[in-house]
Order: sequence, then C-alpha cells, then structure tokens
Amino acid sequence: MKLKISLALALGFAGGLAQAAAELVIATVNNGHMITMQKMTKHFEQANPDIKVKWVTLEEGVLRQRVTTDIATKGGQFDVMTIGMYETPIWGKKGWLKEIATDATYDADDLLPAMRNGLSLDGKLYAAPFYGESSMLMYRKDLADKAGIKVSDTPTWPEIKELASKIHDPKNGVYGICLRGKPGWGDNMAFLTTLVNTFGGQWFDMKWKPQLQTKPWKDAITFYVDLLKNYGPPGSSANSFNEILALYNEGKCGMWIDATIAASFITDPKQSKVADKVAFAQAPTMVTPKGANWLWAWALAIPAGTKNADAAQKFIAWSTSKDYIKLVAKEEGWNAVPTGTRKSTYANADFVKAARFADAEKKAIDTANPNDSTLPKSPYVGVQFAAIPEFQAIGIAVGQQMSAALAGKTSIDAALKASQKAADREMRKAKYYK
Amino acid sequence: MHEKLPLIIRSIAAWAAALLVFFPLGWLVLTAFKTELQAISVPPLLTFPPTLENFSLVQERSDYLLYAKNSLITSLVSTLLGLAIAAPAAYSMAFFKTKRTRDILMWMLSTKMMPAVGALLPVYVLAQSAGMLDSLTALVIVFTLSNLPIMVWMLYSSFKEIPKEILEAAQMDGANVWTEFRNVVLPLSIGGFASTALLCLVMSWNEAFWSLNLTAAKAGTLAALIASYSSPEGLFWAKLSAASLMAIAPIVVFGWFSQKQLVQGLTFGAVK
Amino acid sequence: MKGLFEVESKFPLANEYTNAMSRVLPRVLLAPAVVTLFLWMIVPLVMTIYFSVVSYNLMQPGEHEFIGLENIEYFVTDPDFWPAIVNTLVLLGSVIAITVVLGVGLALLVNEPFPGRGIVRVLLISPFFVMATVNALLWKHMMMNPIYGVLAQVWIFFGQQPVDWLTYHPLLAVIIMVAWQWLPFACLIFITSLQSLDREQMEAARMDGANALQRFSYLVLPHLGRAIAVVIMIEMIFLMSVFAEIFTTTGGGPGNDSTNVAFLIFKQALMNFDVGVASAGALFAVVLANIAAIFLIRMIGKNLD
Repeated sequence: MKLKISLALALGFAGGLAQAAAELVIATVNNGHMITMQKMTKHFEQANPDIKVKWVTLEEGVLRQRVTTDIATKGGQFDVMTIGMYETPIWGKKGWLKEIATDATYDADDLLPAMRNGLSLDGKLYAAPFYGESSMLMYRKDLADKAGIKVSDTPTWPEIKELASKIHDPKNGVYGICLRGKPGWGDNMAFLTTLVNTFGGQWFDMKWKPQLQTKPWKDAITFYVDLLKNYGPPGSSANSFNEILALYNEGKCGMWIDATIAASFITDPKQSKVADKVAFAQAPTMVTPKGANWLWAWALAIPAGTKNADAAQKFIAWSTSKDYIKLVAKEEGWNAVPTGTRKSTYANADFVKAARFADAEKKAIDTANPNDSTLPKSPYVGVQFAAIPEFQAIGIAVGQQMSAALAGKTSIDAALKASQKAADREMRKAKYYK
Repeated sequence: MHEKLPLIIRSIAAWAAALLVFFPLGWLVLTAFKTELQAISVPPLLTFPPTLENFSLVQERSDYLLYAKNSLITSLVSTLLGLAIAAPAAYSMAFFKTKRTRDILMWMLSTKMMPAVGALLPVYVLAQSAGMLDSLTALVIVFTLSNLPIMVWMLYSSFKEIPKEILEAAQMDGANVWTEFRNVVLPLSIGGFASTALLCLVMSWNEAFWSLNLTAAKAGTLAALIASYSSPEGLFWAKLSAASLMAIAPIVVFGWFSQKQLVQGLTFGAVK
Repeated sequence: MKGLFEVESKFPLANEYTNAMSRVLPRVLLAPAVVTLFLWMIVPLVMTIYFSVVSYNLMQPGEHEFIGLENIEYFVTDPDFWPAIVNTLVLLGSVIAITVVLGVGLALLVNEPFPGRGIVRVLLISPFFVMATVNALLWKHMMMNPIYGVLAQVWIFFGQQPVDWLTYHPLLAVIIMVAWQWLPFACLIFITSLQSLDREQMEAARMDGANALQRFSYLVLPHLGRAIAVVIMIEMIFLMSVFAEIFTTTGGGPGNDSTNVAFLIFKQALMNFDVGVASAGALFAVVLANIAAIFLIRMIGKNLD
C-alpha cells in the first residue's frame, strides 16, 4: 500500500514538475552587472530545475524601444523586462506592470529608500532594483594636491570652476573637467537637468508649461558652456559616458561628474591608468542642493500580460536578493557586486574595503529624491528627467540645441528659445495645456 | 585600357587605394586582439602583445553558434528565394520589353523608399497577429521582400549587357526560351548573378533594424550579437571589435571564394 | 553566318508554340515578383496611411480618433523639418557623387590584371561587410575622435591641430562614414560591368590612335551608363533612410546639423511612440523619395534602356 502511494506521489510530483517547466525570456541592457547576472543564471536554474532562462541583451536605446513596443502592443515577447526609473512610474500608472511580490526573506525594507520610492507607485513596488546609481564628482587627487587645493565633500560650482582652471593643462594632455555633451535625454540632458536643478530651475511649472527661458536655465547653460569651452576637452559635444570614461582612464580628465558606476571602472587597475589617483565628492551645488545629483536604477519588472508570472517573480526575487549579492561577491569579488540597491551591501565591511567609492555613492543616493528635486515645486517626478512619456522626444530636441550651443554653433539664447519652442510644441500636442 | 601605363604604377596605385579603403576595417581587426585599456590608448597602438581574451569572452558570453546559424539560414534562404522570384522578372523585363517596363521597375524601387523606421509599427503588429514574432520565417520574408527590388534591378542590368547579336543568333537557331536562358544568358551573366547574390547575402547578413525589432530569444541573428556588445556604461571597444570580427568572418570568407565568380566575364573574341 | 548553336527544330509546331509563349511568358515570369512586391507594399502602406490620419500614440491606449491632416501638419511644422530635408538631399547627393566617381576610378584601376588583383578586390569590397552600427562606432571612436582617434594622430603628425569632425562637420562625418560603406557596392557593380566591355572595340580604337581619355569618354563611359544608373537608383533608396550612423554618433546634432528625415521620423516613432505622426512622416519620406527619383530618372533615364 505504501509503495503504491509513494509511487503515485512520485508520479504526481514528476508530472507536476513537467507541467511547471517554464521558459523565461528576459530582456536586459548590456551593462557589466547584467552580464554578470547572465553568468550567474546557472545557479538559479540549478535551484529551480523547472525554469529555463533565455536572455535578450540589447543596447539601452534599442532595449527601451523594443520593450516599450512590446508592452504597449501586448506582444508578450518578454517575461521579465529591465527598465529604468523613467519607465516604471509611467508604466505602473498605466497598469502595464505586475506588482513585485516581496516577503520577509526578500526584506524590501533593506532596499535603499530612494530606490524603493523611485520604483513604487502608491506604495506598491513595480520593479525590483537590480543596481542603482546617482551622480557624483570624481576628481584626480594628485592634480588637486599639486594645485594646492583641497576639495570639500560638498563642493560648489564656483569652487569647481576654480579647480578646473588650475589643473587645466592641455599641453600635457590634461583637461580641467570633462562633462557630457552628446545630444540625448539620457546623455547630456541627464547631467544638464541636474545642473539646472541646482541652479534653482525646473523643466515644467505646476501648469506643465516648459520653463526653458527662465533665469536658472540661462545661468546654468551659460556656466556649462563657459566651463567646457575653457577647461574641457575637444569633441565634448559628442561625448557621453563611454567617451569620457575612455579619456578619464587615459588620464586626460582632471574632473568628471557622472554616474557613480563610473567609479568602479576608473578605480579598476585593469582598465584605468589612474586607478589609484581618484578621489570622490558629492555633486557640486549652486543655489540649492536639491536635484544636484541624479537617481537612476536599472530594475526588473514583470509585464502584466506574461504567462510565466510565477517563474518571473521567482527570478526577480532571486536576482535582487541579499543572497545574490553574496553570490557575486564569492564568485567575482566584492568590487563586482551590483551596488546602489541595498543598505546591507553598504554595511558589509568587505564591500566597503573593496569599493573605495562606497561611502560617496551611498551618500549621493540617499540625498536624491525624485519627488522633490527642484527648488520651485514641480508637477513631475524624476531628478534628471520628467517621468512623462513626452519627455524622451523633448529631451532629445533640447539636447540637440544644448549640444549646438556648446559647439558654438548657436548662441545660448537662441538655443534656449528653440528648446522652449520644441518643448512647448510637444506638450501642446499631448494636450497638457491648450 | 591603361595598357600603356607601366604595370608597376598601376599595381602601386591599386594597392594603395585598396589599403586605404581597408584601413579602418584593418584597425578593427587589430583592436579585436587588444585589451580594453590598449584599445583606448593615446596615441593609438600599432604594436602590442596580442590577446585572445575578447574572443573567448564572446564565446562564453553569447550563443555565437545560434546567432550564426540564424544569420546563415535567413541570409541564404532569402537570397535564394529572392533570386528565384527576381530572375524571371528581370528576364522578362530585359528581353520582352513593353511600354510599361520602366514604370514597373520604378514602382518596384519606390516600394523600398519608406524608411524602415516608419513601417516598424505596421509590420510589428502584422507579425504579432500572425504569431510570427521571434521566428525565422518572419525574418526571411522581410529580407526577401526588402532585397527583391534590388535583385530585380541588378539582374535586369546584367541581362541587358548581353549583346543582342548573341541572342538573335540563338533564336535563329530555333532555341526556345528555356534553352536560350540555360545556354546563352546564364553563362554570360553568371557574374551578375554572383554579385547580386553576394550583395543580397551581405545586406541580409548585416540587416540590424528588423533583426532586432522582430526577434527575441530564439530568432536573433548576428546583428543581435553585435548589439549586445555596445554597452551604454562601460568600455566595450575591444570586445565589440572581436564580436564584429566573428560576425563578419563567415561572410568575408564566402566573399573571398566567390570573387572569382564575380568577375567571370564575357569574352567577345569568340563571338565575332 | 553560322549560328552559335546547332539546334535543329525537330518539331515544326515548336516555333508556333514559342511565338505564342512569347506573349504569355513575360507576364508569367513577371507575375511572382510583382505580386509579392505588391502585397508587401500595399499592406504596410495602407496601414501607414490609416495610422497617419488617426491619433495613435502607443503610450496612450484608447480610441484612435480620426484627426485628418493634423499629424502631417505636426510633422511638417517641426522646426527641424526643412533643415532635415536639406540634410537628406545633401547626404544623398554627396554620397552618390563620391561613390560613383571613386567607384568608377577604382574599377578601372583593377580592370586589368596585376599581381595580387584578387586580394585587392576583396580589400576594396571589405567595408560593405561591416554592420552599420559597427561602422558608425568604428569611425566615431577609432578614426574621428579628436583626442585618441587615428585621424587625429595623422593630423598631429603633419603638425596640424586635429579636426573635431563630429562637432564642426557632423554632416560631413556622416557622409564619410556612409560613403565608405557604400563604395564597395559601387565598385562591385562597375567591376562586373567592365567585364563585359568589348575589348576588340577598345583595341580597334587604340590602334586608330584614340588616346586614353578619348577611349574613356566615348567607349567606357557610355558602356558604364547603365551600371551607373543602377548604382544611383539603388543608393538613393538606401541613403534616404540612413539612420543608424546618425543615431550612434551625433544624435542628430549639434543642433539639427545632422538630422535627416529618417531621424525625424525616428524621433516621433521611437522616442515619442507617436505612431500617427511617425506614419505621416513616413508617407512624406516616400513622397520626397519619389520626387527625387522622378527627377533623377529624367536625368539618367535613357541609360536604363
């Protein structure tokens, strides 16, 4: 009798397993941490033999287009999507995403508050942060010391300008400061938005009217163009993250204000010639510290129409858990773990030892608040963007104008005027106002 | 034509031009064997200890064979299918010219004039409703139809190169259409066929827009492989070069072997 | 004159059959290509026309209300619209001119045998094998970067300041990239076409005392006429929708210096996800291309026969 029962149970179990076999298709961006996640997939599959994971890795712009097209047309091509802080509020509001289920082991409270808030709507988490970043100042301590300047932890922009002028030495191949200039809402506009924020400006006022010709914008852009023209490298108007990273690693930049993840690259002796000469500080401020440093997370979300919701939840819970971070630390070292998501990571002594930038990074993330990033009150969320669908097109149009101003092809006033016109057009068309 | 010019001068000029044209690609090849740090060095390095780490990284990170297989299938099938449809059409337009021939040719071209980015949504929705998203079939159809106008044009052009006298001679001997094609037209236009086939093969091989937008995990081609190497945050230059090399290697090898076919010519001495 | 073939007609009816066939045959041969192209063209075209007159934004699901010409009006009133058209035509014209002129030159150069001709031909064709995005990245990073690019080093070698291509000459930079990629195509077609050049005629002309330039102008160029026409037509189609290179390198800027019509459509289609305006833009691109094509046909039309 017992044999029969156990046999039946065994068959039933096997049958159950066979039925539960699921294939997860995951769309992701090809950043270093995601690549590591792909490497670690075998651990997940071993622990969950009924789930097979397939990866689709794309470049950021293409990924965004692909997943947006898919989710908006209910294509059902993906079970897990890697999205950012820009999409999450928009898609969450439309009901396109499933809520991420969290339990005690997952410990959602361990998530850095800024990250959790940035990816939630009405208290519900719609995407689990995989890695997060803010922006900060990364400068060459050796050059600053030589110029006799001590950089405070919370510098101001005039101080930065002064330091840039002292260490700018193009004859010896060192440029005072390197900043983004390539047109794009996530390229130059990400940085410029934070600059405008800290100069006291905003994208839209409470009536959603674009504010691009106001004084903070003019001051900020004038400062930016002036700074880069005098102390920046040639070709700035086509430079984004990777171009500047290459320059920095070759020792050509005295200062750089950009994503905190850059810190892990520039301090890696395998790819940087100046790995041990870098120091960190918070992003510079001007009139207000609000919105001076940005907030971004790459997060995993589940489209509402997926047929493998359970498997998807399991994967997401696994890959954004504390155990995953420990797994990566064990296999790749503490300096390769995805950062910017959990308090426990920063509390870990090994991590702090391996990552010199940990302190500065955590401080930056903690001070970024997408719900309160401008001096005058704003109707939108987002620090370095406005989480509205129209922002991408507006961002790239304005980015193009800013790039032209930087290249000296148009005056700053003309650029701002054209930007205001472009933004106004889009907002009017989207019926934010008549 | 330049028989008077000494062979030496011509050779040097030809080699110089070829090397100049090839140079950027050659640089890509070099970079594939560098480390990321070497790839961005100033001034650019010409000599350096080569490493195979990029290739092994690509191998272990992506499913190269799957992508290569998909690229191979979609390119080959779409080229062959395209030739099968285009050759008769080009033949008919070249040898049975009617008043409307030119209009049809122009109209075939104008179908390609819509930028792909504008047709993305309609095609995506079509593919989705036909259940063909992420399938090789969809890609083959899109490639074939994209290249069809070009194939028709190029074959038309090479058919027209055949002098009327040869055709008339064959017809006078009572050859019917099929014999005419097999014994006269085909041998004389093999160069045209080969170059048309090669061009369409390459265009399908390199096609990235539709390959990326219509596929997910199963039907990705080498374009997807390449796309997975240009990271937004992080140095990728050496790895991308290695991945590109692995992506274009098969097609270059093919091109090398077929280039004899490409220039198999007509010799008119025998005719007259 | 003895014919090439000694086929004897065994069946007296065969000739009549052949004659009848020669009326029906062309249409039968033509049919598959025409039908498939028709379907491929008509279905997306109809859908595009439909989308262009409704309000359809992927991000705003809901009713797709009919709004007539509003989309096309929005597309056409974009401040970048006219610059985009100019840029598109400049790009088109320049790349075609460069590839045809250089293509003919190179094809002539390799027309006669010399040591290593096979290798040279493969080298000349090699850029065509590179994918558009890789091509763009290649030029942006490796060649044109004013600090660590190869061209910068060459300029420094000659004692000049390196040129910041992407900032000051963005359209030119894109033209160079695209021309480099399409030169092999033109070369290939011209090489193949030159193979069918009547050598006896050339010999006869040479012996009659015609010099190289005369032989070129009166014999070679007319012969290449059709090939040149084909190259121009085909390149025109592809160059109208050049997009990957611009997206990867200059992002359409600085300003709208390197924005072309395809990039404008991209902004609407994949940045705004506004299918309505993007479709209107796509239709407009087709109209523009057709106008350009008609214009070109008038210029080179006789060469197509």
